[in-house]
Amino acid sequence: MKKLLSIFAVVAFAFSAHAGTLDDVKNRGFLKCGVTTGLAGFAAPDDNGEWAGLDADMCRAVAVAVFGDRSKVEFITTTGKSRFPTLASGEVDMLARNTTWTISRDVNLGFEFVGVNFYDGQGFMVPSALGVSSATELDGATVCIQTGTTTELNLADFFRLNGISYEALPIETNDEGKENLFAGRCDVYTTDASGLSSTRAAASNPDKWVVLPEIISKEPLGPLVRHGDHQWGDVVRWSLNAMIIAEELGITSENVDAQTSSNVPEVLRLLGVEGNYGEMLELSNDWAYQIIKQIGNYSESYEANVGPDTPLEIARGLNALWTQGGILYAPPFR
Amino acid sequence: MRSNLGFFSDEKFRSIFFQTLVVGLFALGLFFVISTTSYNLEKRNIATGWSFLQNPAGFDISFSPFLEFKSTDTHLKVYFVGVLNTLLVSITGCIAATILGFILGIVRLSSNWLLSRLVYIYVEFSRNVPLLLQIILWYSILIQLPRVKQSLQVLDVFYISNRGLYSPRPIFESGFSYVLIAIVLALISSFLINRWAKKRQDKTGQQFPVFSSSIGLIFIVPLILFFILGSPLSFEHPELKGFNFKGGLVIRPEFIAMFLALSIYTAAFISEIVRAGIMSVSKGQREASAAIGLKQTWIMRLIIIPQALRVIVPPLTSQYLNLTKNSSLGIAVGYADLVHGFGGISLNQTGQAIECMAIVMATYLSISLTISFFMNIYNRSIQFKEK
Repeated sequence: MKKLLSIFAVVAFAFSAHAGTLDDVKNRGFLKCGVTTGLAGFAAPDDNGEWAGLDADMCRAVAVAVFGDRSKVEFITTTGKSRFPTLASGEVDMLARNTTWTISRDVNLGFEFVGVNFYDGQGFMVPSALGVSSATELDGATVCIQTGTTTELNLADFFRLNGISYEALPIETNDEGKENLFAGRCDVYTTDASGLSSTRAAASNPDKWVVLPEIISKEPLGPLVRHGDHQWGDVVRWSLNAMIIAEELGITSENVDAQTSSNVPEVLRLLGVEGNYGEMLELSNDWAYQIIKQIGNYSESYEANVGPDTPLEIARGLNALWTQGGILYAPPFR
Repeated sequence: MRSNLGFFSDEKFRSIFFQTLVVGLFALGLFFVISTTSYNLEKRNIATGWSFLQNPAGFDISFSPFLEFKSTDTHLKVYFVGVLNTLLVSITGCIAATILGFILGIVRLSSNWLLSRLVYIYVEFSRNVPLLLQIILWYSILIQLPRVKQSLQVLDVFYISNRGLYSPRPIFESGFSYVLIAIVLALISSFLINRWAKKRQDKTGQQFPVFSSSIGLIFIVPLILFFILGSPLSFEHPELKGFNFKGGLVIRPEFIAMFLALSIYTAAFISEIVRAGIMSVSKGQREASAAIGLKQTWIMRLIIIPQALRVIVPPLTSQYLNLTKNSSLGIAVGYADLVHGFGGISLNQTGQAIECMAIVMATYLSISLTISFFMNIYNRSIQFKEK
């Protein structure tokens, strides 16, 4: 019996073990990246049908790091519920799907969060006609809530803590939430503040909606990979860090070529002029140069997708660099 | 001859051999799937086990008409709420689909050309449009109803909006239990009267107005008692307070959409089954009963329907099973059934997909087997008994 079991274990191992995600991606020739079903500013098809947004840029940055080509990504849409099984089953190589980093997801679900690309918090949006100015006035309201999210749990906690009642209307996608909110089936929509800004921007008359001042939770959103493949985790982690470090060092997609002859050692290391950091990651040595050249630094991606000049109008806030009053901080590149 | 070909020429041995082989391969396959799964789960550090059922859910379920649910309750309770909601929409759906299906099946056979064509169009439409689309269609219509503050008021006590149908909630005061007892007693006695009348008719040929006397017993006697006791029943009316109506009974649009879509869709199939059942009774039966002078309604009730039921009941059972299983589509409109609540939200919050799905599947299996069990008993009771 023991022998039989070990045979099974070996066969099972043969089925489950693969050479490592990085090699898989290289062999396949493109990256499979799990994104939302459409959340403007984070990941949504633009006017030309190209995926655009902060999370889409994260996917493209990893594709650039591996292939040197921002187009080598297949975007795979996932709902709040399907995202984890999709990643666990290997259907996607990574998720960049405004997913909150929590202990249970990191530990219990068998994933690895590699960093934070957007610091968010949960908020509430109501029609301005309702005359509500604080979330504590929402006693008895019907709340649209995406199921299978951390926001669902925060919502229950918030109302319990404040001793007020509510009625939850569970929905699957952001679009369903919009539909129900705009039809008046629910009074309030709650999700990450960035998602609310995105929903508000999509309304026919954004002035008719207000985002309430309360932020009831911490929602650090970041890309994640399967637990246990550290090499691949490193690639995704440092693709993100490279964009943040580039902003710290003042390297942009426009001046990156000039910066290769900079006299700052960290700039030279990042751009692959000095050292062999690319080799360590089993990437080409100019991987970070290519990311900055093709995608831009973090600030460029932020301003283009969610910043104050976009319909979402989200100020940098917590997402500013640590040197500029925010908490965005990447480990040193050496 | 036989000894030359060995054991394999023995038919009995061969059949046992192959059956054992198939069972053995199946068991081996099952073992392989289970061991591979648990090996991979362990390797990927994915938590397994059943202890999560006792953990607090952390989220709220608003649609729970039978159990009070708070976010501090366990996932196990989420399961029970889901089962009850699934049963609620399945049972009400089956009843409505049966009634509607029988009426439509009979109307379809009517000699009125217009009526029978209308039913034909209805049947073809609802049978041939995917159920999921019908559910979403009904829901989209329902949420286009007026907003809660502009609710339509019907008969001064009902309010209709896209938050649902609000009606007064009956409050039973002391003394109302006597009325309930009277109703139960009336039901029992009408059953006994029915038996007695049948026996008497068999013996003497005299008839007794069973139907009208039963109606009198069941409705009028408790009603008189109700007024004698000083109307021990009051109503709590829904009132618009703040964001929503408070108090009263409410039927949510998610439930209404599911109920309408499931019963209308299944009724189309049932009406075809009923039509087939009635048509399966040979024409001679109808002509013979007319020849001995039976009334038209009696022919239907005493001759046609009992024979048609033998054909109707077995496929009807599978329609009930279909409806119950189709209720799992509630997730499309946020109806908090078993799949949506426990198989969806709990699964997602705990990440224990295999356990949750196993429980959900076992539950549907049990519900379906229970329905089959009772329908089989009923089926046996109406089968032709040779005397």
